Amino acid sequence: MKLVKAIIRPEKLSDVLKALYQADVEGVTVNRVQGHGGETEGVETYRGTTVKMELTDKIMLDIGVSDSFVDVTVNAILSSARTGEVGDGKVFVFPIEGVYRIRTGEKDEQAVTPVTGETNETTI
Amino acid sequence: MIKTGKLAGWAARLVLPGLVLLLAPELVEAQDAIDSGDTAWMLTSTALVLLMTAGLAFFYGGLVPSKNVLNTMMMSFVAFGVAGVLWAVAGYSLAFGGDGAFVGDLSMMFLSGVGMEASGSIPHILFMGFQGTFAIITAALISGALVGRMKFGAYIAFIAIWGLVVYAPVVHWVWSGGWLGGMGALDFAGGTVVHVNAGAAALAAAIVLGPRQDYGVRAMLPHNVPFVLLGAGLLWFGWFGFNGGSALAADGLGATGAVTTMFAPGATVVVWAFLDHFTTGEMTAVGLATAIVVGLVAITPASGFVTPMGAIAIGALAAFPSYYFIKWRTRSSLDDSLDVFGAHGIGGAVGAVLTGVFAAEAVGGTAGLLEGNPGQVVTQVIAIIGVLVYSVIATVVILKVIGAISGGLRPAADLELRGMDVIAHGEEGYATGDGAVLILEDD
Repeated sequence: MKLVKAIIRPEKLSDVLKALYQADVEGVTVNRVQGHGGETEGVETYRGTTVKMELTDKIMLDIGVSDSFVDVTVNAILSSARTGEVGDGKVFVFPIEGVYRIRTGEKDEQAVTPVTGETNETTI
Repeated sequence: MIKTGKLAGWAARLVLPGLVLLLAPELVEAQDAIDSGDTAWMLTSTALVLLMTAGLAFFYGGLVPSKNVLNTMMMSFVAFGVAGVLWAVAGYSLAFGGDGAFVGDLSMMFLSGVGMEASGSIPHILFMGFQGTFAIITAALISGALVGRMKFGAYIAFIAIWGLVVYAPVVHWVWSGGWLGGMGALDFAGGTVVHVNAGAAALAAAIVLGPRQDYGVRAMLPHNVPFVLLGAGLLWFGWFGFNGGSALAADGLGATGAVTTMFAPGATVVVWAFLDHFTTGEMTAVGLATAIVVGLVAITPASGFVTPMGAIAIGALAAFPSYYFIKWRTRSSLDDSLDVFGAHGIGGAVGAVLTGVFAAEAVGGTAGLLEGNPGQVVTQVIAIIGVLVYSVIATVVILKVIGAISGGLRPAADLELRGMDVIAHGEEGYATGDGAVLILEDD
């Protein structure tokens, strides 16, 4: 099992969710985050006070998947979140020690397998 | 608005003073005297209508995503500047100067000759200012069809030109001796002049601009429903000046305008809530706020011509067409984002037709269909079609010209998706301040 963690542009969230859904990746946790990558900082002005915005709004996705679904998940994100400009974000893949489904107490592969589908992933 | 009192005042002052003075000096006195009660009410009404545009900003601002809240509210607030100043420069003269059938003249440009003298029973300058607040909100109303996808400079150019080329002439048609007023079209406070006019322009502008980038893919949800309710409440409050003030006097007609404005939207709210309940199973807050606006729009042309019971009937009936049009619109390819045509165009047209149905001779001096005058309905329909056709055509031409000159009306697609607040104004509606570094002059 792996944890796929992606940081993307907020305006790309609906495209990414659609791509994940089409790839049968059904479980995802979404966080609104702020961060800094290599992008140019925006400049904003509030009643004469000019500020450089060093942090940019981003969306962070956490997706727990079985090993066979890692590539599918990563490719779905890469193709749907890309604009080609600096600031498109990153995808990280982490190994996971263990996963438990709270409702049933199921463990690991069982815990990331959706109840109704044949596919092998859910959020952790 | 009743223009006859003002014209009679001018006639008495300019043409016949000596003659009338000899025959009936007290008549001239009555025509020309400024009444302090009327003036006080009209000063109040002017402020009330001005507040409506701020209420509209909250109504529209709450309905859009947070990334576009400032851009949307700015579209209303900038009208205070652009539409307001241009009204004083030339709009008032184009609307109320001269006796042409289609447009006024430039005799009162820069408010030349508009001073403290009486116009009816209030100062002429106050009549001009009261009318100016209508010009401001009419321009701002259109913005609901354009939110989130128009360059701000192009928007400013549009409302500037539209105010002079469309709004001012249409005012002249109906309220200043133009062809529609001459035909006997009834429009007490602007159902046709303001709402059909702005609704038609919104429809045309939404089509010229095209739908937003992710229209039909991603739903556009209101980011702040309490703002929407606040805006609807402020609009209702201000509308007492819009309709009550259109009597141009603190009298029984003004009271009728205010009371019909109180009851008609109430009836729309009740019917809308039932429609909501039977359609989706739930009564919605955004639906209720929309119902208030539809009811206010529908009673606007009728407010000084019908009884309170007539007002309740108009408010109730007006709910149906707007409700079902808006329901259809959201499933169509027409991105009239905040349903300006559904609420103002259709609501205004329904109100104008029903004015011809429910007009009571005892209230405004004109009988409608129910009192045996079916011809009034025909007149009302002609007025609606005339304003709608002119507004649509002129709006398309104005936007095409601005688009050709400014290299397109819309920002680049990726910028539009990021949100108009940051790209058009360099501000955010809800900035946290995290990571914001002050830039000093020396940097």
